[in-house]
Amino acid sequence: MTASPPATLHPAALKDAAINLLTSGGRMQMAYAWYRAPHELELRYVASLAGRAPFAVWRCDADGGVPSLANTWPLLGWYEREITDLFGLPFADHPQPQRLVLHEGANPVCPPFDPDYPADLPLRIESTTQTIPELGGDESDVQLLPFGPVRADVFESAEFLFFYVGEAILHYHPRLFFKHRGMEKRFEGLPPERGVVLAERVSGVGSLAHALAYCQAVEAAADCEVPPRARFLRVVLAELERLYNHLHYFGHLCHTTTLKVGEAEGKLLEERAKQLNTRLTGSRFLRSLLCLGGLRRDLAPKPWFAAELDALGGEFAAYARHMENTASHLDRLITTGKLDRRTAFDQGATGPVDRASGLDRDLRRDHPYAAYAELPPQVAVREEGDAHARAQVRMAEVEASIALIKRALDALPDGPLRADCTAPPNSDGLGWAETPRGTLFYAVHVGGDGKLARVKIKSPSFSNWRVFPFTVHDSNMMDYAINEASFGLTIAGCDR
Amino acid sequence: MPQWTLLGLLQGKQTAPWPLTQGTDGQAGFLGMPRYLPELCGGMSGKDCKVCADSCPTKAITMRAASAGGRLDVDYGRCVVCQLCTEACPTGAMATSSDWAFGVRARDDLVWKQDGTAAPAPHAETRAFRRSLHVRHVDAGSCNGCESELQALNNPFYNLHRLGIFFTASPRFADLLLVTGPVTQAMLGPLRATYDAMAEPRWVVAVGTCAVSGGIAEGGYACGHGLDGVLPVDVYLPGCPPNPAAIIQALLMFLERAPQRVRGGRLVE
Repeated sequence: MTASPPATLHPAALKDAAINLLTSGGRMQMAYAWYRAPHELELRYVASLAGRAPFAVWRCDADGGVPSLANTWPLLGWYEREITDLFGLPFADHPQPQRLVLHEGANPVCPPFDPDYPADLPLRIESTTQTIPELGGDESDVQLLPFGPVRADVFESAEFLFFYVGEAILHYHPRLFFKHRGMEKRFEGLPPERGVVLAERVSGVGSLAHALAYCQAVEAAADCEVPPRARFLRVVLAELERLYNHLHYFGHLCHTTTLKVGEAEGKLLEERAKQLNTRLTGSRFLRSLLCLGGLRRDLAPKPWFAAELDALGGEFAAYARHMENTASHLDRLITTGKLDRRTAFDQGATGPVDRASGLDRDLRRDHPYAAYAELPPQVAVREEGDAHARAQVRMAEVEASIALIKRALDALPDGPLRADCTAPPNSDGLGWAETPRGTLFYAVHVGGDGKLARVKIKSPSFSNWRVFPFTVHDSNMMDYAINEASFGLTIAGCDR
Repeated sequence: MPQWTLLGLLQGKQTAPWPLTQGTDGQAGFLGMPRYLPELCGGMSGKDCKVCADSCPTKAITMRAASAGGRLDVDYGRCVVCQLCTEACPTGAMATSSDWAFGVRARDDLVWKQDGTAAPAPHAETRAFRRSLHVRHVDAGSCNGCESELQALNNPFYNLHRLGIFFTASPRFADLLLVTGPVTQAMLGPLRATYDAMAEPRWVVAVGTCAVSGGIAEGGYACGHGLDGVLPVDVYLPGCPPNPAAIIQALLMFLERAPQRVRGGRLVE
């Protein structure tokens, strides 16, 4: 599981390369910038190629102007805006050149990732003004509802703007990044082994996947082979994370369709899964387990674990059957928030969201890591692209996860848990994981001093938040909460 | 619809009898704050050992000046429960434990002390709110771990409502502001506006190590240092994240329905 060595491209060659990638059946995954040396900014693009070939990596000198590729790959629009905000690099002919990660009122002395930015100097937020999209035609009937960043109930902070007429939503604009913590910059200067604890805390409900992708990125840089027992246990942990996340998803989805017992049942099953995590690992969020080169300690699942897992699986099967037999629930899901395959592909949808829109793709199968080559997962795909399809994909994944955990435990090899892993100076590596919400990438660059020089995190929700508004425009208010729940988004991972 | 009624009835009562019945809090196996056992500290015998302090990612453990007595300062308000010190220490002076009920009234009570005591903090006058407390939550930049546990409070197992504690949508109806996250620069304004919108009397609880001290992401260009200096804090609850039972314990402690279990950085019972 490695990426191809980077290919060097001239900025003038970027546009053609992007078009070639599109016509040859590949897909752009992400773009990021890093300082190769002080004041020498380099861009990196990561793309998947047709036929499950290793990921392609392009590097490109950023001096002297870079064209925007957002007209060929719309999903790149957000990555380019992020680079502009954090590194001060503009992209020529960007279709949406507004601020993204830093809000309009933020006024840093220089871009925060610039080597000259003073350490620990807080960014000044001078105002909360923002540019709101202009409406054409007769605006007199259109009302604006700004909702957030502090919203009803216990939710993560974000502001949503609805332009609406009565029940109909004309246009929807999420304003994210209130929670931007500058996590990527917190990695810089740390010895690589210290990054694991930080990666675990980028997205709480993705703690394991973030630690896993980070460890795999450093292991790729260090050319370290993880012992089989650790690789199998990493699969067990990754699937346990999928399990409790998906169970939470169904509890919340039933909440939005006001299926009260369904909500209680989903949340109860989530709680059982978290308590199972605790009994097995000591952590409800599967933290403090991974380290570079393997696992920090052994997990020897006892007989009760398989029995509890079976009981959970049985209860979930009955719960899923009830949901699929409830007309009032299905009425609210079928045809709601339809995402067509083309939009899903262009805007970069990932995880259960793109699999529900007909894109047959899963990193565990296509670019296997940990022990997924030995334990290939069942990949569920639906064509409909609506909220119901997104729920059905996750339903199938719960059952597949339980089966996969049992297979991994049955085949669990004996042996060491941890290999030495030291990334040499001036090395880099790419790590990835298929989280419960989709693809997660970590790109790690180790500097000449052996410390982390740059860590880029591409979380699945960063991709899916970009896509989500396309299913909200021209829909109605009553479906909004259901549609949002059906995407299963988090904000912490997106904002970082 | 009858199938759901039947499903619910067949499940029976799923709510934990805790805190009425001890040991039914659902936290079996939970690894909590590492316990500092100074008598086991190998560095006491003159060796220059500081592996625990070196392993700590948030400087919760620091070496103490020789004149101050003892060797380590341990601040549980900075602990992210990563367990690295328990693996680093060769003599077991930082020991794994299941200690999670770390809600305190005074920030100072989270700092380990030889004699285990700190001056008791004045209690908020909460008598009128004991059976009906309304809480407004604000996420000031958390990783979503704390939110996941706050959302769990209303699952059938913990069922927070049974204790007369409710989450409310509007700060106007709230008695208590529950804040998570290190307070990002972008959330500083909305957080203050939420507090300003609350009617008096109003109180604040900092949930999670980020809100208590800034946590793992503290500082930098985008993050603050937790709630101190931003809002007056009535209860501090470190943890990464604190489990749902710990959050309930802290809320009940605030209402004087449960005792404060931690003094001078250790469980006193």
